[in-house]
Amino acid sequence: MSTTTTGSTPRSGNGHGGNGDGVNGRDGGPGAGATDNNIKPAVESRHGDVAPGDEQGADDIGRGVRGYLLGFVLAAGLTAVSFYITRSTLVWAPSIPIALSVLAVAQMGVHLVFFLHMTSGPDNVNNLMALAFGLLIVMLVVFGSLWIMSHLNQNMIPMEKLMQMQR
Amino acid sequence: MTAAQAALPAHGASHGRQHSHAAGLSEHEAHAFSQRIVVGYGFWIFLISDIILFSAFFATYAVLSDNTAGGPAGRDLFDMRLVAIETACLLTSSLFCGLAGIGAQARHSRLFHGAMAITFVLGAAFLAIELHEFADMIEKGAGPTRSGFLSAFFALIGCHGLHVGAGLLWLLTMMAQVVAKGYREDILRRILCFALFWHTLDIIWVGLFSLVYLVGMTA
Repeated sequence: MSTTTTGSTPRSGNGHGGNGDGVNGRDGGPGAGATDNNIKPAVESRHGDVAPGDEQGADDIGRGVRGYLLGFVLAAGLTAVSFYITRSTLVWAPSIPIALSVLAVAQMGVHLVFFLHMTSGPDNVNNLMALAFGLLIVMLVVFGSLWIMSHLNQNMIPMEKLMQMQR
Repeated sequence: MTAAQAALPAHGASHGRQHSHAAGLSEHEAHAFSQRIVVGYGFWIFLISDIILFSAFFATYAVLSDNTAGGPAGRDLFDMRLVAIETACLLTSSLFCGLAGIGAQARHSRLFHGAMAITFVLGAAFLAIELHEFADMIEKGAGPTRSGFLSAFFALIGCHGLHVGAGLLWLLTMMAQVVAKGYREDILRRILCFALFWHTLDIIWVGLFSLVYLVGMTA
């Protein structure tokens, strides 16, 4: 990429190393050497993001372990409730699938917050936006399939009639 | 490429290093820090695409779950006791995977290797129970060829099982790499990705045990 202009200044000789050679081609010129100040804010802005799964300020082992244990207790509790309501008469029977879905979504939320350390903080915006887009696609695929297939099912000739017609 | 690298003008890599020093970070630190975010984010994107893959399998299952073709339905086949044990195994293994991640960050070898070993045992137990369940169903004549419901069931649960199997191999690889290479930055990044993968498999299992097994039992 940088081969077009690198010959113009002697300092850019090692731009082929891969560290910023994408910009050299455009900005690189004999007069472009005095822009030292625009590096500092860029380096500081690296602190503005956190990797998915990383918790900020969790260098302390005890604090990290407590977070995972709390998440584990919450998740285990929600799992136990899910198993319990399928066997008991606590929940009105026809609504059990809905209750199970709600409990599953709640438990997934617990996992995301306590195990994957998703937060709503500004350092997690990128991770959260990727997840939100993924969830949009998941909803479209699952509910779209169910909706379309149930319509097709309703509009189909009943199987018995089809059998009679084939005779 | 990070913003700092993109902002570099005509100078090459060596000039950028000097500025990292000026900002109070050694070149190594600044580079490792940003790469951890980039690698983790890239792997997160992969995991979300994996979740979308599972959603397609799940949509197929949800559409076909009533099409038993006169064969056995979920409530005739599922053993709630086994599913409860499987769920407990995977949830506990997720906890220990998290503890292993903390151990790796702190370079605490006993915590890391101990927690990884427990994660492996629990994951292997999950997989063994699942294979036993599959073998049992096939023996009863309820294999994937019996009905649309069973085809979709085996595809969905089997896909998750394959992921768990691959995760177990990855887990052993990470333990071996830490022994052979120590807690290098690149090894720590791989451990981060593994932990993300394992937690995501547990999240997917939450959907599967709730909406496939438990709903199947009550239907």
